Amino acid sequence: MEAMLQPVADFFGPSWTAIWTLIKIVAIIAPLMICVAYLTLAERKVIGYMQVRIGPNRVGPKGLLQPIADGMKLLFKEIIVPSGANKGLFILGPILAIAPSLAAWAVVPFDDGLVLADVNAGLLFLLAITSMEVYGVIVAGWASNSKYPFLGSMRAAAQMVSYEVSMGFALICVLLISASLNLTDIVMSQNEGRFADMGLGVLSWNWIPLFPMFVVYVISGIAETNRAPFDVVEGEAEVVAGHMVEYSGMTFALFFLAEYANMILVSILTSILFLGGWLSPVGFLPDGFHWLAVKTAFILLLFLWARATFPRFRYDHIMRLGWKVFIPVTLVWLFVVTVWMMSPLSIWS
Amino acid sequence: MEFKTFVFYFLAVIMVLAALRVITARNPVHAALFLVLTFFNAGGLWLLLHAEFLAVTLVMVYVGAVMVLFLFVVMMLDINLDRLREGFWSYLPVGALVGILMLVEMVMVLGGSYFGLEAMPAPAPVAADYSNTRELGRVLYTDYVYAFELASLVLLVAMVSAVALTLRKRKGLKSIPPSEQVAVRREGRVELVKMQSEKDD
Repeated sequence: MEAMLQPVADFFGPSWTAIWTLIKIVAIIAPLMICVAYLTLAERKVIGYMQVRIGPNRVGPKGLLQPIADGMKLLFKEIIVPSGANKGLFILGPILAIAPSLAAWAVVPFDDGLVLADVNAGLLFLLAITSMEVYGVIVAGWASNSKYPFLGSMRAAAQMVSYEVSMGFALICVLLISASLNLTDIVMSQNEGRFADMGLGVLSWNWIPLFPMFVVYVISGIAETNRAPFDVVEGEAEVVAGHMVEYSGMTFALFFLAEYANMILVSILTSILFLGGWLSPVGFLPDGFHWLAVKTAFILLLFLWARATFPRFRYDHIMRLGWKVFIPVTLVWLFVVTVWMMSPLSIWS
Repeated sequence: MEFKTFVFYFLAVIMVLAALRVITARNPVHAALFLVLTFFNAGGLWLLLHAEFLAVTLVMVYVGAVMVLFLFVVMMLDINLDRLREGFWSYLPVGALVGILMLVEMVMVLGGSYFGLEAMPAPAPVAADYSNTRELGRVLYTDYVYAFELASLVLLVAMVSAVALTLRKRKGLKSIPPSEQVAVRREGRVELVKMQSEKDD
């Protein structure tokens, strides 16, 4: 690969690094966008089957072209800016929503060494970038100059800030036992231990010693991405569609893309941090990207499953779950893990 | 010009302009968003100095949490700009005095012998696997552990007192606490009554 690209690199000279990075970014973003499109179809199909319906089946064979049709429709719709809206911020809102959810993918490793930016502080970078996701919602809600969007964005601000705390504590437990902030190192550290040596890698992944953190992380992830049953931000029966009421066409599509890209991001991070990333569950099968894809798809199915199963939480119940249940649970488990690590029973030496 | 120097000036120019807009923007929400941009660029400048932990903490704490709550408040305020401008000229002498004092102090500190190029040479280049986060954590939890614990205690006291100040019990409320609602079981609400069925004549 390197030798093949050498003549091209010589042709571009010093600007080659920038061009090569751009190519890599496209190679991540383009499949991601296709995944987002087909995740919307999968969601409608899965929920359809769970409710004994067929789901979309008109566009293309078995409805497979439905997301393309939806995308085209949104692309060609008119963008309407409400007359009392703050125009600059109204346009900036969707951009602020999608930018962090794409930027976060820079440090996500897909296989051993297959990562855009292999930085030391990958986990810190993710924490910082994902903490900025709330701005898109807040700015959009305020700039719309309308009641429902504003109420929706107020809810979003409180909800996302609350659940970030418990997510952060869950991440602290992971980095305590893997002693690294680099995501590749975190995956590789799950490949060590008694069970991994016996060829049963699945039992040495982080999800067993950190099971409460795993559960808290997945549920907080659903809350962070404002998905049902935590979707009070856009709760149809209460605030119509929250911050997205006034948006149409491509500006609405950007919010939509950001939400689904965030879902995939949370799922892939759960796979990397708790389910061993690209590691094979058993010793006799080779490691590889396909394992990461399978694990991510499983977590995504949990997202859809939760949406089809649970009714929407009431707002004060969401706050209670975040502050009075998750934060104490994570704090106690953080203490347990630190004591465990220092005791002779430690399995991470 | 070296690429790093270019990045520095790029971030610094945006940061200074955004900081200027924070105090000149008429709309308080715009001002708060410009402050977010300023923090973000300051984080970028710290990244250039290999201080990735400080950079990320700045973005996470200030951009991700503090400014969100700040915006929360600013958006809900009904600010009348005319009333804010009232008395601008009468406050100007005091404000100018404070500003000039701060400027003089900064010039004295930065222009003195402490911050010259001799006193503060460029930091030595570090190895690729050098982790600023690890170094900071090591120092914080070994050499300065008492100071660190003391600071966390002060924060805890502030937190508890903030809760204590705002906590009040209102009497005569009909709402049920969520914990009780969640703990409801079938036995508490439904009563099964066994009774003889009536004879229909």
